[in-house]
Amino acid sequence: MIKLANEADAIYEAQYQTMQKSGAAQRRAGSYQAFLERGLPNRRVESWHYTDLKAALAKPAPLAAGDERKPLLARTHDSIRLVTLDGKFRPDLSDLSELPVGLRVRSLHEALADDNPEINVALWPDGAGAEDAAVALNGALMQDGVVVSVSSGATIARPIEFVTLVGASLPEAIFTRSALIVGAGASVKAIETAGVLERETSNATQLNHLLALRLEHDSKLDMLSHISGFGGDSVSVFSLNAHLASHAQLKAHQLIEGGGLLRRQLFAALDGEFAGASFNGVTLARGRQHADTTLFVDHRQPHGASHERFRTILDEHAIGVFQGKIVVRPGAQKTDGVMQSKAILLSDGATMNNKPELEIFADDVKCGHGAACGRLDQDQLFYLMARGLPRGEAQSLLLEAFANESLIDISDYRSRDFVLERIGGWLAERTPS
Amino acid sequence: MMAARQETVARVEAIDVDAYKYGFTTDIESEKAPKGLGEDIVRFISAKKNEPEWLTQWRLEAYRRWLTMREPDWARVHYPPIDYQDLYYYAAPKSTPGPKTLDDVDPELLRTYEKLGIPLREQEILAGVETRKIAVDAVFDSVSVATTFKEELAKAGVIFCPISEAVQTHPELVRQYLGSVVPVTDNFFATLNSAVYSDGSFVYVPKGVRCPMELSTYFRINEQKTGQFERTLIIADAGSYVSYLEGCTAPKRDENQLHAAVVELVALDDAEIKYSTVQNWYPGDSSGRGGIYNFVTKRGDCRGRNSHISWTQVETGSAITWKYPSCILRGDNSQGEFYSIAVSNGHQQVDSGTKMIHLGRNTKSRIVSKGISAGKSQNTYRGQVSAHRRADNARNYTQCDSLLIGHDCGAHTVPYIESKNTSAQFEHEATTSKISEDQLFYAMQRGLTAEEATALIVNGFVRDVLQQLPMEFAVEAQKLISISLEGSVG
Repeated sequence: MIKLANEADAIYEAQYQTMQKSGAAQRRAGSYQAFLERGLPNRRVESWHYTDLKAALAKPAPLAAGDERKPLLARTHDSIRLVTLDGKFRPDLSDLSELPVGLRVRSLHEALADDNPEINVALWPDGAGAEDAAVALNGALMQDGVVVSVSSGATIARPIEFVTLVGASLPEAIFTRSALIVGAGASVKAIETAGVLERETSNATQLNHLLALRLEHDSKLDMLSHISGFGGDSVSVFSLNAHLASHAQLKAHQLIEGGGLLRRQLFAALDGEFAGASFNGVTLARGRQHADTTLFVDHRQPHGASHERFRTILDEHAIGVFQGKIVVRPGAQKTDGVMQSKAILLSDGATMNNKPELEIFADDVKCGHGAACGRLDQDQLFYLMARGLPRGEAQSLLLEAFANESLIDISDYRSRDFVLERIGGWLAERTPS
Repeated sequence: MMAARQETVARVEAIDVDAYKYGFTTDIESEKAPKGLGEDIVRFISAKKNEPEWLTQWRLEAYRRWLTMREPDWARVHYPPIDYQDLYYYAAPKSTPGPKTLDDVDPELLRTYEKLGIPLREQEILAGVETRKIAVDAVFDSVSVATTFKEELAKAGVIFCPISEAVQTHPELVRQYLGSVVPVTDNFFATLNSAVYSDGSFVYVPKGVRCPMELSTYFRINEQKTGQFERTLIIADAGSYVSYLEGCTAPKRDENQLHAAVVELVALDDAEIKYSTVQNWYPGDSSGRGGIYNFVTKRGDCRGRNSHISWTQVETGSAITWKYPSCILRGDNSQGEFYSIAVSNGHQQVDSGTKMIHLGRNTKSRIVSKGISAGKSQNTYRGQVSAHRRADNARNYTQCDSLLIGHDCGAHTVPYIESKNTSAQFEHEATTSKISEDQLFYAMQRGLTAEEATALIVNGFVRDVLQQLPMEFAVEAQKLISISLEGSVG
């Protein structure tokens, strides 16, 4: 028995005891054990070097109790919506009535009860993601979520949207885990949306969400993640854990609008030949927001390709973090890996930490990374202002163009317009510097 | 170019895979402190050096601090735990009570340095045609055995002597600057060094003086089971310039030997220090037995305005390298540079890089790191660039490239780039690849063998860094790189 060191650990222990009874007891126990061995990560843990989760979660909030309200949700995307509210999958708020052929949707509870090995392997991915303490804690305390399987060869035209909402007005801790299994040869679009329900929602939510993706042989997934609206005292960890079989292709974009302390972790294991993944994203943060994007791409097999392009815009006293690690295992020859992270600091109080890493154990590879950090190009600004644009507008235009660099690959124009609109809105709210 | 290449290839062919040409031992009687480490040993070393009380206390404080510290484990290197009680912390050739004139030095020692190609006799360098003069301080195990050109340097006002001598002759300078760049509490190995350092070089270049010749220190570990802990302190006063070279070798032994040095550089207003290292400690044999553990703390403090510190290193030796020559860019408009070639072969492990800490305004830094891994070696670049709130217009450019030769080696890049200032501009680029098939094909099509073609391409790969080295060193370094990679092409 490991001695409980502090208050936070004791609270998690008590929460774990209540969760133990809600299915998958053994797997939960394994996750909890893994969490106990590691503890909440602090800055001494290399992969958490710039984000101190232990300090942020010194006082864990009580587990979310669920919300029986039936709010009216505005529709942003033309999608098949699957809603989790306050840690509970809500079929009543989801579009379950007319699911296309080849699509199966279950709540996490049903999936755990089924104990289907195929789904289990998707829900409990191996590799770096499994080693992470925040993911382990999620595995121990996950309350609900939604598990979607797409049958082999199916093509789903409408995007599947995973909506994770928080509505409680008091601070609560929410643990959700969802999965998307894309069968061999299938082709899918997905949207991941996370946000708050309304203005009255607590600004001190503690959210720990994991979306596991399993892409079987020759499958295709095109996805967009949008995280926004979390309050100044919130602490959230959004993990994406992707597992790619041979020839599978994943294209992921994300827009993160900072809120409190927000950590986005992307884990990708390229576990088959010719698998390809691309991750692109824009992070916007201001005030005292802390926005961390940490990426781990594991090339396990030959001929894999991974491309990452991230842009971060920081205003006021915001702290931005980008950590990206490309690992090429022995034997993963002919890997092609490129990672790029650029940041613009709009204010002297802002901080950017970049840590792009390469870890390479195979010789016949082509890997590179680039990182840059600075302010807006004063010459460009001058050029635009000389043509009559007010300072603020000129800045916005340049910042939009900067962000757009990592969005050009979004194939769906509606998704792209949506993201650009959000960025425009964020920029409009700022006072020009 | 062609001639140089042929020479390189000839050199490579002339030696066996395991040939480390400096692997001989010198049979010389030496005086050692008893094995192990404790306050008595610290006092013993201090007494040996006839040190003032403040320095003895300084060492003891470091020792007590060290006892509370933990060996760092964040680097990507693996080695069995070191038994710090199973080492000799002081070993000195018996016949040298202190370096006086060269005639007092044991002829066996002189022969050693001759064999290593280090000129200790001034007339040898002066004779005949004009060659560039290099003043040498030779450190053998724990003591400095000879320092050349002292008088000529003294005329220019430059102080160049063993640090143990400087403590006696210029205590005020030593006291002012020792530990001011790398504090006693800095890290496990630096703190250990502070407690037990035995000798090293001391350089002081007075205001406005351009040091008339290159200064050089040559480190040699000879004794078995000894650790070498040297301490180098270089102070460039306002408006001065000094170029300093460092070389090192050790005999082949089956055991691992510890080398934990500390180098401190201080550059005041408008001063410039150029520090070059060709590190060729014994790397261990082809099965990974033996070799030096090179755990070194090197740091330069650009304390004055417009000061400039440049580190250039060629790392080919050591079983393990743990080394991050850094610059603290404190003075406004100061500049830091780091040029590195790290070649690893066999079972070597390298974890090396730099830190550029931008504190002052308009500070600039540039990092060019080239890693080449072959055999079963692991080669990591680890670097930090940071700009603090005050560091307006800080500028950094980093390029780190890795080349992999063979299936069993690894190349890793771990940069930390931290900016707290909107006007700071940081750029970082890194690539990892193998030698391009196209380039190889092109070169071989013109009649070069695979080995020759590789040597040519590798030389091109490291060229940016070699150009930063003083001439004599550049030639030596180029040969060294070819030798280190011997046996890795195939």
